[in-house]
Amino acid sequence: MKPAPFAYHRPATLDAAVRLLAELAPQDGRVLAGGQSLVPMMAFRLARPAHLIDINGVAGLGDATVRDGELRIGALVRHAAFHRPAGGGPLGAMLAAVARHIGHYPIRTRGTFCGSLANADPAAEWCLVAATLDAALRAVGPRGERLIAARAFFRGAMETALAADELLCEARLPALPPDTRWGFAEFGRRAGDFALAMALAAYRVEAGIIVAPRLGVGAVEAAPRRIAAAEAALAGQAPGAAAFRAAAEAAMAALDPLADAASEPQYRRELAGAMVYRALMQADAPPGRPG
Amino acid sequence: MIGASLPRLEDGPLVTGRGRFVGDISFPHQLHMRVVRSPYAHARLHRVDITAARSAPGVAAVWTAADIADLPPIDFRDPANEALRPYRQPLLAHDRLRYVGEPVAAVFASDPYLAEDAAELVAIEAEELPVLLDAAAAPGSFAAGLSTEALVMRGGYGDVEAAFAAAHAIVALDLEIGRHSGVPLEPRGALAYHDAARDVLELYGAAKVPHRNRDGLMRMLGRSAASVVLKEGNTGGGFGIRGELYPEDFLVCLGALRLGRPVKWLEDRHEHLIAANHSRQQRHHARVAVDAEGRVLALDDEFYLDQGAYVRTHGARVLEMTIAMLPGPYRIPAYRACGHFRLTNKTPAATYRAPGRYEGSFVRERLMDAVADRLGLDRLAVRRRNLITRAEMPFSRPLSALGTDVAYDSGDYPLLLDKALARIGWERLQAELKRRRAAGELVGAGVGLFVDKGGLGPADGVRVSVDATGAVELVTGGSNVGQGFATAMAQICAATLGVDYRRVRVVYGQTDRIAYGIGAHASRASVMTGGATHAAALKLRAKALDMAAELLQAAPGELDIADGVVVRRDRPGGPSVSLGEIARHLAPDSPLLGERDPGLAAEGWFRTAHMTYPYGVQIAVVRVDGDTGAVTVERYLAAYDIGRAINPMLAEGQLVGGVVQGLGGALYEEFRYDERGEPLSATFADYLMPTVREVPPIDVLLTEDAPSPLNPLGIKSAGEGGITPVGAVIAAAIDEAIGVPGGVTRLPATPQRVKALLRGRG
Amino acid sequence: MSEFAEIALTVNGRSYPLRLEPRRTLLDAIRDCGLTGTHMGCEHGVCGACTVLLDGEPVRACLIFAVQAQGAAIRTVEGLATGDALHAVQRAFIAHHGVQCGFCTPGFLMLATAVLEREPDIGDDALLDVLSSNLCRCTGYRGIVAAVRAALAELRGGRT
Repeated sequence: MKPAPFAYHRPATLDAAVRLLAELAPQDGRVLAGGQSLVPMMAFRLARPAHLIDINGVAGLGDATVRDGELRIGALVRHAAFHRPAGGGPLGAMLAAVARHIGHYPIRTRGTFCGSLANADPAAEWCLVAATLDAALRAVGPRGERLIAARAFFRGAMETALAADELLCEARLPALPPDTRWGFAEFGRRAGDFALAMALAAYRVEAGIIVAPRLGVGAVEAAPRRIAAAEAALAGQAPGAAAFRAAAEAAMAALDPLADAASEPQYRRELAGAMVYRALMQADAPPGRPG
Repeated sequence: MIGASLPRLEDGPLVTGRGRFVGDISFPHQLHMRVVRSPYAHARLHRVDITAARSAPGVAAVWTAADIADLPPIDFRDPANEALRPYRQPLLAHDRLRYVGEPVAAVFASDPYLAEDAAELVAIEAEELPVLLDAAAAPGSFAAGLSTEALVMRGGYGDVEAAFAAAHAIVALDLEIGRHSGVPLEPRGALAYHDAARDVLELYGAAKVPHRNRDGLMRMLGRSAASVVLKEGNTGGGFGIRGELYPEDFLVCLGALRLGRPVKWLEDRHEHLIAANHSRQQRHHARVAVDAEGRVLALDDEFYLDQGAYVRTHGARVLEMTIAMLPGPYRIPAYRACGHFRLTNKTPAATYRAPGRYEGSFVRERLMDAVADRLGLDRLAVRRRNLITRAEMPFSRPLSALGTDVAYDSGDYPLLLDKALARIGWERLQAELKRRRAAGELVGAGVGLFVDKGGLGPADGVRVSVDATGAVELVTGGSNVGQGFATAMAQICAATLGVDYRRVRVVYGQTDRIAYGIGAHASRASVMTGGATHAAALKLRAKALDMAAELLQAAPGELDIADGVVVRRDRPGGPSVSLGEIARHLAPDSPLLGERDPGLAAEGWFRTAHMTYPYGVQIAVVRVDGDTGAVTVERYLAAYDIGRAINPMLAEGQLVGGVVQGLGGALYEEFRYDERGEPLSATFADYLMPTVREVPPIDVLLTEDAPSPLNPLGIKSAGEGGITPVGAVIAAAIDEAIGVPGGVTRLPATPQRVKALLRGRG
Repeated sequence: MSEFAEIALTVNGRSYPLRLEPRRTLLDAIRDCGLTGTHMGCEHGVCGACTVLLDGEPVRACLIFAVQAQGAAIRTVEGLATGDALHAVQRAFIAHHGVQCGFCTPGFLMLATAVLEREPDIGDDALLDVLSSNLCRCTGYRGIVAAVRAALAELRGGRT
């Protein structure tokens, strides 16, 4: 399983990378960041880029910083960077908890947050995070820069709004209010496997009822998304098993699960419901215990 | 030293990265072979266009079937039923493609990357044919005049019909074991080097049965035994899969001979999963007739073995083993088994650790549980009622396995069951599980009993010698696939001879060092090669003491050997002579040689007409997630009587490794196909093997209560008994956890299947 | 398009000049240097038999191209021992029967070394998470886990 031949480029600056991508994308050129998804596909010769633009040497892409109420994650920030909470607050804790589920440790030392988004595997945890938190994704290309809302970014399995000559250089996640409760749950066959279903929940409680709920489901459909019906079942309710059950039922009814080799759609739907419930229960965990 | 858990001799090079696996060996100017494989499960092959491939960079040659038309299909390793001959696999497909992965062409190039590039350029023109994927469905046509039911094998004894007519109750089950296999971590590889100066063809890579493979190669290639030499280095696991002769092994040899350059082939993982032997897939319709107390009156089993596209080197061995060992540790007064050996458009299957016994144990133990459920009896009580007792040993059944009758040599099954239950604290465990179930957890325990086999004869021989420095060399025809073969043999040799085991160099897998060998499979090495080693070491010891007696002016009976030095028993600090000195005195030109044969060396043989029968009990505790159907194994106990342990640490290692493979087959591993015969489990992302996270704490109870009377050391063997009952044990535990007696009828018990059982119970 | 690159890989402190295609994986390149202790188990990043340390971090050498690893400090199993003195983790694997066929062993040794060096106070649960990165088919993991636990204990000063 050796890859097909390619020409290798290693730009030192973002401008150079963008120029190369503009020139080479029409000739089947692709960006190489972590490589943990792209290289296996190349090994199977399912991907055969004629050019690889290795951005690992580009300066200035490796930071995750908080600015203007957002966590801005550069293109070379690895999954492992999130093992320790990035910035304070619920967002950092959430990302640390989610990161543990991504593949295995040696994958996390190389794979990147932005690379995962650009790859758009339905079962990718960061894609669910981006979709659920309404991330803004900064793409740069020959036509300049643009900010793409997560809602518009994920188009389908392995499909995003990025043009072939655009590079995803930054992901921006809104910092969550300090009293945000959150929970994450996923189900896979073994430790580190691609999830068959996952759910991410975040909400606040004011005067004993849920406000501003976010509930996202991934790995069940071609792209992750917030489930409006589930959020509607939560808003205005007291947090607890009854509301969470209702949200899970609503999610199950709203989802159109993939039919693939991994499972039948009905089972996938049941898994989704279970993960929604668990994520919500986790969010509701007693104070003092990390949510 | 026998019975001591000594550190392994093999480990030093392995932990420093200095092992020599076949991929680590290279010869100057070697070519790399890449096999072009069928993308179709079933098709009429019209043309293989190699024009573009032949002129690709670095390519020395591209072969199709036409280039090796003079060669026959791959023969069986042992004499097999004539009816199977037409179903043997050609080295490269002729006019029919029968499974996705079947070799169609071979590319020889200067570099593996270039070989793969060129292989992509080979164009296969074929006309797809309907595929047959269900071995239990009506057979189809393999070729003109040949049914895909290659063979029907029957075994049995007693009046089964009468027993069923007189039964108090009859229980019938429809059971399936999923397709899975050994999948060693090192993919297959082979490297052939033709030493033209001596006209010797050397083959590296195939391990398990070196001499048998040498014989297969010499027949196919038309060469003498001395001119084909198999050389084994380090091997990354076998489990029965590696070491049978595959098309690729022959192709590298032919390449080396005909292209005049060494040929190296390393398969990739994807290839392994679609081309190396599959195993295990069987479907059973099993019935048992019992009396009111659950005693089995008769067992009747009809089953279908999904052999895949061709019959490989094993012939119908798995079929035979299934039939012979299905009755297990129970009396079974009347028995009838009918096995259908059926071909399908899948990767060919063969033996995988405890072949036929993993499957048979699943069937047998599910039946015993079902009997208990039907009669409202305790499942352990039902088993006890049927267990063969110590007083009945040796216990024979009129069945044949691997050329010998099934005759259990020794065993105390009830005792091992008692010990296993005591070890796990069965009563307390049951109470705890009841309490947890009452609190809403889906937890349960399962038990399985089984008899395995080992020590397959009929004979093995070794040569042991001591050189002038006192270093010992033990030359065997064995094979080391990771099980610690060299350490075990060194321990036996050293203990018998009176030397430190670290001074014993064990030679294995080199067919030019010894004329006859049995390799290492069927859990036979510790009994057969161990027995021969013991015999040879005794002879060598006697020879050494005879010479020493003369040198020390004492009778041989007054002497002992300790740490390679011969001393008088009554004066251990007194005059002594080392084995190295004795060896010098036995040199051909030694003035003290006298009438003796020169050299401190001896040959030893061990012969046996019957196999040994180790036996075991395993217990699992599982917890089922009611929402997802996922099964977590919380605890596991493997109890096994191996007669006598050479190295308990190694024996335990074999059992633990076997249990984990068994868990893989019970819960995770399955070769699946889509409706067109396209393999769906062709990467490690789809074929799921247990990681450390999926493995429970495994307690091993090794006992030596029933040494085998068939060899002086009492060894039964330990290689396969970890895996045998795991499918049955896990199924039983899941049933209890989800409260669905007899629920699990199909392996693997995936979360989706378990969830369906949960849903079904309402 | 098979342009060749001239690179130098620094493995276990030594520089190895290589002339290779960009598509040559780090795994193959390391093995081309004669360092065959790093093994190929799957070539698609799942089994971990190819695990090496790259600037101290465990990575899958089959998922990196050799041209990417210039200038990085690569460590393989051949660099663990100091002369004849085995590394603590190597000794532990021998003592606790963590080796059967030995094919997965170098990958586990490098993974364990990374843990020992980077997170010597790692909790047992997190340790199992890390060890679940690599596959073993022979041992059932019991000896491997025992060995790594023992090596950690030795590092922490003898308390098992």
